[in-house]
Amino acid sequence: MIRFIGIAVGLVFSFVVMLAFVIGAYTAATEPTPPTAEHEFHLHPEPLKLSSDGPFGKWDTQQLQRGYQVYKEVCAACHSLKFVAFRDLAQLGYSEAQVKALAAEWTVPGIDPNTGETNTRPGMPTDYFPSPYPNDVAARAANNNAVPPDLSLITKARHNGSAYLHSLLIGYQEQPAELVEKFPDSKTGVGLYYNPYFANLNIAMPPPLHEGSVTYADGTEATVDQMSQDVSAFLTWTAEPSLIKRKQTGWPVLGFLIFATVLAWFAKKSVWSSVKGRKKA
Amino acid sequence: MSFPWAKVYEPKVPLMRWLDEKLPLPRLVYNAVGAGYPVPRNLNYFWNFGVLAGFCLVLQIVTGIILAMHYAANAGVAFHTVEHIMRDVNWGWLVRYAHANGASFFFVVIYLHIFRGFFYGSYKAPREMVWLLGVVIFLLLMATAFMGYVLPWGQMSFWGAQVITGLFEAIPLVGPPLKTWLLGGFAPDNAALNRFFSLHYLLPFVVVGVVILHIWALHIPGSSNPTGVEVKSESDTVPFHPYYTAKDGFGLGVFLIAYFLMVFFLPNYLGHPDNYIEANPLSTPAHIVPEWYFWPFYAILRAFTADFILPAKLWGVLAMFSSILVWFFLPWLDKSPVRSGHYRPLFRKFFWFGLIPTMAVLFYCGGAAAEEPYVMLSQIATAYYFLHFLVILPIISMIERPAPLPFSITESVLGEDDGAASAKSAEAAA
Repeated sequence: MIRFIGIAVGLVFSFVVMLAFVIGAYTAATEPTPPTAEHEFHLHPEPLKLSSDGPFGKWDTQQLQRGYQVYKEVCAACHSLKFVAFRDLAQLGYSEAQVKALAAEWTVPGIDPNTGETNTRPGMPTDYFPSPYPNDVAARAANNNAVPPDLSLITKARHNGSAYLHSLLIGYQEQPAELVEKFPDSKTGVGLYYNPYFANLNIAMPPPLHEGSVTYADGTEATVDQMSQDVSAFLTWTAEPSLIKRKQTGWPVLGFLIFATVLAWFAKKSVWSSVKGRKKA
Repeated sequence: MSFPWAKVYEPKVPLMRWLDEKLPLPRLVYNAVGAGYPVPRNLNYFWNFGVLAGFCLVLQIVTGIILAMHYAANAGVAFHTVEHIMRDVNWGWLVRYAHANGASFFFVVIYLHIFRGFFYGSYKAPREMVWLLGVVIFLLLMATAFMGYVLPWGQMSFWGAQVITGLFEAIPLVGPPLKTWLLGGFAPDNAALNRFFSLHYLLPFVVVGVVILHIWALHIPGSSNPTGVEVKSESDTVPFHPYYTAKDGFGLGVFLIAYFLMVFFLPNYLGHPDNYIEANPLSTPAHIVPEWYFWPFYAILRAFTADFILPAKLWGVLAMFSSILVWFFLPWLDKSPVRSGHYRPLFRKFFWFGLIPTMAVLFYCGGAAAEEPYVMLSQIATAYYFLHFLVILPIISMIERPAPLPFSITESVLGEDDGAASAKSAEAAA
């Protein structure tokens, strides 16, 4: 009885789904989905090699410091970094005194200890990076109705994050004439910028980096490509400060496990040696 | 129960004798996973996954309890507390990655365990109850994993919760109010997050309870084996300890190497980048996809795109739940008395060339965007999935001529069995 009901149920489900298949196939044949500009012109990020990549990766603290400078002098005008505290900068190779000095360069919201009124004060190592806008509404109002995303986790929040960021920052270009010809509706709008690495090709952020936007203390030439690589490296660090510690912890753990597993294999062999004649199946 | 030749627990030191009289807990353990449990001697490595699943359950409970000490189930701060765990809690990143990847590895292990059951006919009499309880555990794990994925309150958490609870809307009449009641609101928000956290903490302990029943039910007939031939004599078995504890120990080592490779070197590979963006009810991600272990069932859900008497969405929901519910009826759909796929030529063909490619297609299409050709592929695969379990298996079990079975496990291993020979000659004499 169960089998007869089962066969009936199975046939019903298969019939309905095959009906959907036939309708779908007919629709696909008669009204093929029109191609979109995103589909044809979107580019995957170019590969980017950072010193922190790979199982043996290490931080390049020089590069992270340069990236921090790019964030501070360029990105921070619009983008917050709310999960990172100034104290974390010690990881970039700064001394305790340097971290204090770096924190004091920032202005953070505070409370007047005498009156209780809100005011501002210089940052301390325990403070988190302040947001450039008091709230999302203000951010939206100042940026053509687009909220600049927080950058703390940006390289983990995008596929192939650091490479994506690098390609995006150097990827601004004129919209191809071919695109406008083929998709007249997809012409880049007012206040938007064409960038083939951005998901919908038109990004609200103006090209942020220009030749010499910052002056590096270590004498590195501040090309757009260099600054973009440096800030990608810095934001790889902000997304996961424990990245290198994680990889370095992994090796001894794996080493121990491989050793223990080899021992377990011999233990198993020795235990089973008394069971005779295990024929290969 | 046990076989008559099972070793009997004999406490050697006075303290254990004393304990055994008052509370025979060591005896229970001895008979469950010690030398007192005789197990077929011919188990292959597919029989490791039961113990590994138990290990994963303990791993998830331990790491989960630690995470709960630092996490706050409040929509305003949940995402921030997860980052707090990643950045400020000592070794918090390790515990969180161990828990997130632990869920994935739990499902890898569970799927291999179920695969073993399908191929070797572990669901057949006398082990139907073991199988039924196993399907219950699987459903509980799916619910637990789904609610756990909501807790970090990222974009995929939020929109995954939106899509999955939205399935209840497809139920006629009561659907929309039922969804609102389940969520405690019109969309996932603080009320939903709180109850999901509560249930995510509760359900694993329910799973522990059902796992105990699963193992208890298994110990009535004893473990199955790759030949599917029941144990006949003492020479067919070895004591669980030390033989299978040693073999499971090696299996656990291999498992841990693979697991920690992911935890330390590719911890986000199985996750979705969008879940590192805080939940935003006003911004829908381009593609909402569940975690990888739900992809085959998600593909079945999305395969139903045409209304036929019932709305397409309701067909999808019914089919998705039915795709697992059919497993409950498997012992009665497949009536072939032969358990192991090794001795079932026709079953084996449909298993390897039908079911396995179908599952692979469903898995791939469930993770892909809902566009052609993936929808059409998943429709064909969905049709085969239901035909396989509900039509093909019952028919195979009626018409198939199984290959000759070995007389006993010992004979299958050694090529001969003294006990079998004397039994055969006794038969001949009679």
